[in-house]
Amino acid sequence: MSARRIFARPASFAAIAPYLWMVLFFLVPFGFVLKIALSQTAIAQPPYVPLFDLWGGREATVAAFDQLSIENFKLLISDNLYILSYLRSLTVALVSTAILLLIGYPVAYGMARLPQRWQAIAMMLVIVPFWTSFLIRIYAWINILQHDGLLNTVLLKLHLISAPLVWLSTDTAMYIGIVYSYLPFMILPLFATLAKQDPALLEAAADLGASPWQAFWQVTFPLSLPGVGAGALLCFIPVVGEFVIPDLLAGSNALMIGQTLWLEFFTNKDWPVASAVAVVLLVLLVAPLLLYERLQHRQLEAR
Amino acid sequence: MASRRINRLTPFNVTALALGLAFLYLPIVILVIYSFNASRLVTVWGGWSLRWYYEFFNDRAMMDAAWMSLRVAAVSATIATILGTLAAVALTRGERFKGRMLFSGMLYAPLVMPEVISGLSLLLLFVALDAGRGFWTVTIAHTTLTMCFVTVVVQSRLGAIDRSLEEAAMDLGCDPVRAFLSVTLPLIIPSIAAGWMLAFTLSLDDVVIASFTTGPGSATLPIRIYSEVRLGVKPEINAICTMVIALIAVVITVASFASKLSRAQGENAVPL
Repeated sequence: MSARRIFARPASFAAIAPYLWMVLFFLVPFGFVLKIALSQTAIAQPPYVPLFDLWGGREATVAAFDQLSIENFKLLISDNLYILSYLRSLTVALVSTAILLLIGYPVAYGMARLPQRWQAIAMMLVIVPFWTSFLIRIYAWINILQHDGLLNTVLLKLHLISAPLVWLSTDTAMYIGIVYSYLPFMILPLFATLAKQDPALLEAAADLGASPWQAFWQVTFPLSLPGVGAGALLCFIPVVGEFVIPDLLAGSNALMIGQTLWLEFFTNKDWPVASAVAVVLLVLLVAPLLLYERLQHRQLEAR
Repeated sequence: MASRRINRLTPFNVTALALGLAFLYLPIVILVIYSFNASRLVTVWGGWSLRWYYEFFNDRAMMDAAWMSLRVAAVSATIATILGTLAAVALTRGERFKGRMLFSGMLYAPLVMPEVISGLSLLLLFVALDAGRGFWTVTIAHTTLTMCFVTVVVQSRLGAIDRSLEEAAMDLGCDPVRAFLSVTLPLIIPSIAAGWMLAFTLSLDDVVIASFTTGPGSATLPIRIYSEVRLGVKPEINAICTMVIALIAVVITVASFASKLSRAQGENAVPL
């Protein structure tokens, strides 16, 4: 029996504590979301009709099942507000991911072409803002974009505009905020795949008569697709449910689904509808989430 | 050498890189400069001043919130580091146990899960358990989120370690636990430290999950900043943000020393 096998058993026991923690605080809570999404709103504290009484025995459980209602989900379909929110979230996430790719790819490419020693420094420089508070970085943009903020001042001084423009509470501001916050998430996976590429491949392409442009599209880009996929998922999934950025930077005439959930929960105190919104959002994200999990798994396995 | 020719810095590469980095850093630099502005107006430069820092230290509610945030961040980062390290060990060294797929799924999903969903689901759990909301509920919520980041950081380091070292220790008569404690653990300490610091900064940053899971009277610093920011720009917020950035800068410096230490041991893992 190899030493490696002997090591494996106690190592598996290490899983017990984190496993129980994640089941209790990650998996079980989703059960509660589902349960409350299926219950009815009530003016009470907490504001819903309690459903299961686990200690009430079989009859109480059967009675509880009779009470299950899909009213909240019917509401989501019948009211335009929710459908529009979901659509807006998906659109914003798609557009943001596309912009992030357009900006992130050249930066990652530039990093991957740096001498080895500088690559580590450049990588550190990209990671550092990710460590700085996300809220602070959004706030920094409010400083710049507000009516008498830096951007308008500079544009006025340069005589590019004659009157201050409105930047805050617009979609432009929101996209700036999203791209700014998620850029490291896009750059890092791209850089990881680009830096791994063997330069000999490009030499071979050049020897075979390809122009740099052709070599890029026929060699570099196809090989970097796993990084493109990972970066896109890493940005797309959280942006769909984003709350803080649209709330602080975008206008209030069109809400993203995270804002709608927040509104239902904190302002309308309608917990069942907020839970139903969360369930549908989760269902929408399950496919990309599974895809992301697969990618993670394959990457770690390949190591 | 041909590869040097390909690694050459073309004007395009340099421009892309410089613009990208400027985009990432300029807003923060501007924020820091304005925190020292004596004037209340953003456009008017009224000279250097520490006025807004004095104002923060005299703001009782803000100070309370900052203290709450620091405690939550320290406690949750510590629990998350222990649990995350255990999870990383189980995933890289453990045998294929039942439910392993579920385990790794649960550890990766929170990395990208929208915060509104994590926050809402944890709140519903706490309400069902009838737990009083405040310090501990926020701490548990942050632990759940950040332990996943710790797992990823420690796991990448564990995956890079030469396993024959552990085997050698066991051939020399160590039992597995001792082999781990005396051989593996010292090698992964830098990444554990980096994981703790990442967990700490993530906790210090979170608004959404904390808003859901905290109770009345125990707002964290980001919650207070957030509610102030919604009302408009206040120079005092610039000062608070600058101090948070300074704190995080210290943390990063320590972390990069830790990773340099680990690189000195023949490893090129970076924090995250």
